[in-house]
Amino acid sequence: MNNLIILPILIPFLAAAILIFLPKKIMAQRWISALGSVATIVVALFLVQKVHTNGIQSLNISSWEAPFGITLVSDMFSALLILTTSIVSFTCLIYSFKSIGKERENHYYYPVFNFLIVGVNGAFSTGDIFNLFVFFEVMLMSSYVLLVLGGTKIQLRESIKYLLVNVISSALFVITVAYLYSIVGTLNMAHISARVSEIGQPAILSVIAVLFLIVFGLKGAIFPLYFWMPGSYNAPPIPVLALFGALLTKVGVYSITRTYTLFFYHDAGFTHVLLQVLAILTIIIGVIGAIAYWDVKKIIIYNIIVAVGVILFGISVMNIDAFTGSIYYLIHDMIIKAALFLLVGIAIAITGTSNLRNMSGLIKRYPGLGWTYFIAALALAGIPPLSGFIGKVLIVQGGFAGESYLGAAVVLISSLLVLFSVMKIFINGFWGDDQNYANEDKAPVKWLLISPVILVILSAVYGIGTEAILPYISQAAETLADPSLYIDAVLKE
Amino acid sequence: MEILMSIVVGVLFMTATYLMLSKSLLRIIVGTGLLSHGAHLLILTMGGLKRGAAPLLGENAESYTDPLPQALILTAIVISFGVTAFFLVLAYRAYKELGTDNIEQMRGTESNE
Amino acid sequence: MRSNNIILETAIKVILFIIVLFSVYIFFAGHYYPGGGFIGGLMTAGALVLLLIAYDIKTVSMILPFNYRIMTGIGLLFAIGTSAGAIFFNVPFLTHAFGHIDLPILGEISLHTATIFDLGVYLVVVGVSMTIIQTIGEDE
Repeated sequence: MNNLIILPILIPFLAAAILIFLPKKIMAQRWISALGSVATIVVALFLVQKVHTNGIQSLNISSWEAPFGITLVSDMFSALLILTTSIVSFTCLIYSFKSIGKERENHYYYPVFNFLIVGVNGAFSTGDIFNLFVFFEVMLMSSYVLLVLGGTKIQLRESIKYLLVNVISSALFVITVAYLYSIVGTLNMAHISARVSEIGQPAILSVIAVLFLIVFGLKGAIFPLYFWMPGSYNAPPIPVLALFGALLTKVGVYSITRTYTLFFYHDAGFTHVLLQVLAILTIIIGVIGAIAYWDVKKIIIYNIIVAVGVILFGISVMNIDAFTGSIYYLIHDMIIKAALFLLVGIAIAITGTSNLRNMSGLIKRYPGLGWTYFIAALALAGIPPLSGFIGKVLIVQGGFAGESYLGAAVVLISSLLVLFSVMKIFINGFWGDDQNYANEDKAPVKWLLISPVILVILSAVYGIGTEAILPYISQAAETLADPSLYIDAVLKE
Repeated sequence: MEILMSIVVGVLFMTATYLMLSKSLLRIIVGTGLLSHGAHLLILTMGGLKRGAAPLLGENAESYTDPLPQALILTAIVISFGVTAFFLVLAYRAYKELGTDNIEQMRGTESNE
Repeated sequence: MRSNNIILETAIKVILFIIVLFSVYIFFAGHYYPGGGFIGGLMTAGALVLLLIAYDIKTVSMILPFNYRIMTGIGLLFAIGTSAGAIFFNVPFLTHAFGHIDLPILGEISLHTATIFDLGVYLVVVGVSMTIIQTIGEDE
C-alpha cells in the first residue's frame, strides 16, 4: 500500500476542481496550475526513486483486495512516463501563458488542461483494464474540449472527425474488454496475465490481442489507423498541439506495450509479427509524409508517426535490448516532440504562416530560436551524444539480435530521412534572406523560448547522462521482459 | 438466451454502422449512441446471463449473479452519456458556424480556408 | 419566446416537487438499495429540464439562480475531499469509514462517508447536465 501513486492523478484533479471556481481570475488560474504542475513533478520524482529502491508499488483503491477491486500499479515504466508527462505538461503550461490568448483562458482552458493530465497520468498508473478505459475517456473528453476551445471553423470541423473516430474506438475498447472478460473472467491486469498464461493463449485470445491493437493503434496512430491525425492535430493552437503530440499518442503506445508484453506474449509468432509489420509500415508512411509536406506543423506531425513506428518496432522484437531502447526512445520522443512543436510554434507566431515557402532568415534576428531548433532537430534524428541516439542504437541492436534485419534497416534509414525533414525546416525557415513579417513585434519570443529551451537542455542531459539514467530504464525494461515481476508485486502483497 | 442477445447486439451494431455511414451529422450521432448501446449489451451478455441473488455475504442463495458487468455497464453508460451530450453540443455549434450538417461538406484538412 | 402552455405550467408546479423529492429519496436509498448520486442527480436535472420546457430559460434562471459550473466544482471538491481524506489516516485512497449513532427521534442511523462522496457525484451530475443544456439553450 502506498498512497504516493495516487498523487500524480490527485494533484491535477484538485487543481482543476479549484480552478472551476475562478473562471475569470486568470492570474490565479495560471499560478494554481503552475503550482500543481510543479508539485506533480516533485511527487513523480519521489515515485521514481521509491520504485527504484523498493520495486514495483501498488495501491488497492478503497481497500478492496487485489484482483477484486481497482488497483493502481506503478512499475518503473509507468513511473518514468508519469515524470516525463509532468515535465512536458509543465513546459506546455508555461508556454500557454503568453500564447493561448485571453479568449481561451476565460473559457476554462486551465481546468481542462489539468483534467487532461489527470487522464494521462491515470492511464499510465492504472493496473485495471477497465479503469484504463475510464482514464482514456477522461483524457479524450478533455482533448475534445481543448481541440474545440476557441471555436474557429477549422477547429469545429476537425473536432467532429476526431470525436467520431474516438467514439468508435472507445466503443471498440468496451467490446474488447467484454470479450476478454468473458474468457479470463477478471479485469485486473496482473490477474489477466496470470490467467492467460494458465490457459496458454488459445487462438481466441490472439484475436482479442489484435482487437486491442486496433483500439490502441487508433489512439497511437499506427498504420493504417493514423488517417485522422494529420488533419485533427493541425487544428488546435500550438501548446495544445504540443501536448497532444507529446502525450496522447504515447498513451496509445504505452497501452500497446503494456498489453503486448503483459498479456499476449505467448503467441508472438502471430501477434508480434503483425505488430512488427505494422510498425515498419508506420515508419515508412510517417517518413513519406514528413518529407512530402511544406507545412511546418505537418512535418512534425508526421514525425510523431515515425516515432510511434520506431518505438513499436522495438516492442515487437521482444528482447531486453529492444525494450530498453524503446523505453529510452519513448521518453526522449515525448520531450523532444514537445520542444519541436513549441519551437515551430514560435516560428509560426513570428511569421504568421505555417507554410515553409513563406518563411526564411529567422536565425538572423532570432539566433536563440534558430540554434535551439537546430539542437532539437539533431536530437530528434539521433545524432550522438544527444538523447535520440542511444534509444535508436539499442532498438537497432535489439532488432539485429532478434533477426529482424529489415526492420532495423528501416529504422536506420528513417533516421536519415527524419533528419532531412527537420533540416528542411531549418534550411528554408531559418537560413536564407531576412524578411520582415507583419505581426513580428507582437510575438513574445523571449517568454515563449523558455519552455523549449528547458526541454532541449533536458534532452541533452538525458543523452549525455545516460550512464546515470540507464539503471532506471533497464529496471523498467526488466519488468516488461518478465511479467511475473509485475504479477507478483500486485497479487502477492 | 445468450444467442438471442448476440443477435440483438449484432442488429444494433449493424444499424449503428449504417447510420454512421450517412451524411447527416444528427444521424451519425444517433449511430454512435446505438453503437455504445450495443457495446453495453455485449458486456452484459459476455458476463453470462444468470439468475441469482445479489452477491452479498449471508444471502445463502444457490446461485449468485456477477456484479462486475453491471458495474462496468453503469460506468460505460455514464461515459457515453457525457460523450453524446458533448457531441450534440459540438454538432449544434458546428452547424451554426459552418452552416451545414452535411459531413461531405466538411472535407479537407487544410488550415487556410 | 413565451409559450402559453397553461396545462404544463400548472402541472409542473406540483410535479416538480414530487420529482425532486423522489430524487432525494433515490439518492439516500442508494446507500443500501438501487439508487445513488448519479441516478438522483439525473432525475433532478430532468426535473429542471421539465421546468425549462414549461417556462423559458430566463424565468428559470430567475427562480433558481444557481451557477451550475460552480455547483460542479463544489461537487468535485466533495468527492475529492472524502476520497483523499483516507490518505491522512494512512489507508488506501477512497477507503471509506462508517459508524452508527443513536438519534433521539429517528432511532439508530448509520453514517457513512460514502454518502458525502455520493453527494459530490449528485452535484456534479446536476451541474454538468444543466451546463450542457444551458449551453445549447442560451443560443436561442
